[in-house]
Amino acid sequence: MPHHTFFKFIWPSALAMLIFIALPIVSISIQSFFIEHEKVLVVVENCTPFGCKKETRVDIEASKVLEEEKPLGRFNWFGTYTNRNHLAFSELNQAWKESQNFNDFLGEVFNLPFYKALSFTLSYTFIVTPLVIIIGFFIALAVNRLPSFFKGPTIFICLLPMIITPLIGSLVLFWMIDAEGIIGSLLQIIFDDQNLSLKASPTLTWVMLFVYGVWHHAPFAFVVFYAGLQTIPRDALESAMIDGANRWEQTRYVIIPHLMPLAVFISLIQLMDNFRVFEPIVGFNAQASATSLSWLIYNDFRSGDGDMLFGSAAATSILTIIGISILMTPVIVRTWSANKPVIGAR
Amino acid sequence: MNKKNNWLNILSLSFIIIWLILASVPFLWTLWGSFKVEADFFSKQDWRNAIFGVRTLVETGGIFTLNGYKGAWIQEEFWRAALNTGIVTVSVVTISLTLGTLGGYALARSGFRYAFWILIAALIFRAMPHITLVSGYLLPFFELGLWGHLSTTIVVLVAINQPFTLWMLHSFFSTIPKDLDESAMVDGCTRFQAFRHVIIPVMWPGVITTGLFSFLLAYNDFAITALLLTETNQTMVPKIAGFLGSAQEQGNVMFAVAAVVSATVPLFMLVMFFQRQIVSGLTAGAVKG
Repeated sequence: MPHHTFFKFIWPSALAMLIFIALPIVSISIQSFFIEHEKVLVVVENCTPFGCKKETRVDIEASKVLEEEKPLGRFNWFGTYTNRNHLAFSELNQAWKESQNFNDFLGEVFNLPFYKALSFTLSYTFIVTPLVIIIGFFIALAVNRLPSFFKGPTIFICLLPMIITPLIGSLVLFWMIDAEGIIGSLLQIIFDDQNLSLKASPTLTWVMLFVYGVWHHAPFAFVVFYAGLQTIPRDALESAMIDGANRWEQTRYVIIPHLMPLAVFISLIQLMDNFRVFEPIVGFNAQASATSLSWLIYNDFRSGDGDMLFGSAAATSILTIIGISILMTPVIVRTWSANKPVIGAR
Repeated sequence: MNKKNNWLNILSLSFIIIWLILASVPFLWTLWGSFKVEADFFSKQDWRNAIFGVRTLVETGGIFTLNGYKGAWIQEEFWRAALNTGIVTVSVVTISLTLGTLGGYALARSGFRYAFWILIAALIFRAMPHITLVSGYLLPFFELGLWGHLSTTIVVLVAINQPFTLWMLHSFFSTIPKDLDESAMVDGCTRFQAFRHVIIPVMWPGVITTGLFSFLLAYNDFAITALLLTETNQTMVPKIAGFLGSAQEQGNVMFAVAAVVSATVPLFMLVMFFQRQIVSGLTAGAVKG
């Protein structure tokens, strides 16, 4: 296809991506170097019959004018990146000096908002992703063994946790797991502890969020693996059987190698989706014990009295994007080197 | 040999049954509970109350009550949110597919190296957490007076949807033989006519599948709609999140439960009617990607 025809076809789509995906990345990198204006203060003399007092007040009008003149705020260079809510260099330094041992230090570090969120986001990504692949694989194997009459309805039910809105899915589970919900009160009876509440314990909250993540994403892995199972060449399996391979050996040496490219694909998508984990934290109301990077950004727009912390949100966004880039680089390089000859030949 | 196989069968069957229970019971439980009062759905005394509706009978005089639905749809005006969701999803799907089919077709037929680079760029864009992009929009949107409108949200959702749509449609278009549009062009069609009258008619299954996923993205979104819309033109998902804040205090959790069930119904329908397309769509990305 000649260049100009190609351009005619692609420009609307390319323009949309440029304006609403590429430009915002530029916009947050600029924003992250700015911080909200300090309020303009004025000293007012307040005179009463008993004498005059000087008072410092916020000049609301002047603050507003300043805000309108320079909506970005004042230039802060890397100040936002290094403050307590982000990379917190000075706090880290202090914690390192003051803590007795390494565990102490880690405890201090994970109390800092950014590191707390980062630790949960990474744990979520690296615990949920492999579990999704393993459980999805076993569901696919099990569904494949069902008589074909049951396959359709089974797939229907399997798809439900995946297509459900993340916020709604987490609410549905939360209402059951909550101390007053059915599973929550059942657990109280089992462990004979009236005060047992998943919400109150950070560890249990994390486990609950991981369970939600696997529940929500496993169907995706299942569907991809299930479709992959249908394309396994019959003769490969049969010749393995003739050679005396048992079921386990067939799975290990024929099925798994055949599905390996699909596993790479699933982990690519899952890394992207799990790193942005956000809705379940809102749904489970879990922010006291578990926060994620995306949640931090959301919180910057929600906290305070209508004041949106653009600088802070932008700095967290940039750090998040750096994080996802580091995670994705190996996979993208792999995709690139695998696809290069194919696309080049076209 | 047979004995071993039996064990394996039982194991795999029980595994699938446990999974099916995990996948379906939460929905059935919430659906059933949405017709009860709060004291039953969150029963402190006895979990069976939620099934038999003991308190519901005492409080409302019937085993089932529509109070949650009435509260959500009429009192809290959930219908408005439902209408907004309808407008947003229909527009997003239509615009996404229009831009996506054009772009995906060009990418599948280009043959030049830059097509590959555009796809890689789209993959990187796909990885961006949505909320990081939203934090880039907010300030410019405030400054330009674009914030809060449904149309802004639609355009943003379309753009965020593009990387995925392009990848998926590109892989569908690649399966259609080149000879088809080339022979049409030999017969005197322009490139666009070949695209419009020859390729699109055979592409319908791919377009429908991609449309389903655009629908899901727009329908399920929370991060963008929660931050870009004013309270009066919120869509369903942020509205439900709003219920949690305000309604919980007034003891109206059942509004949120009813709203959740209402918002789930269209998704159930979707899977029921388009199960095959969803499955084929998920694999189309995988097999090519």
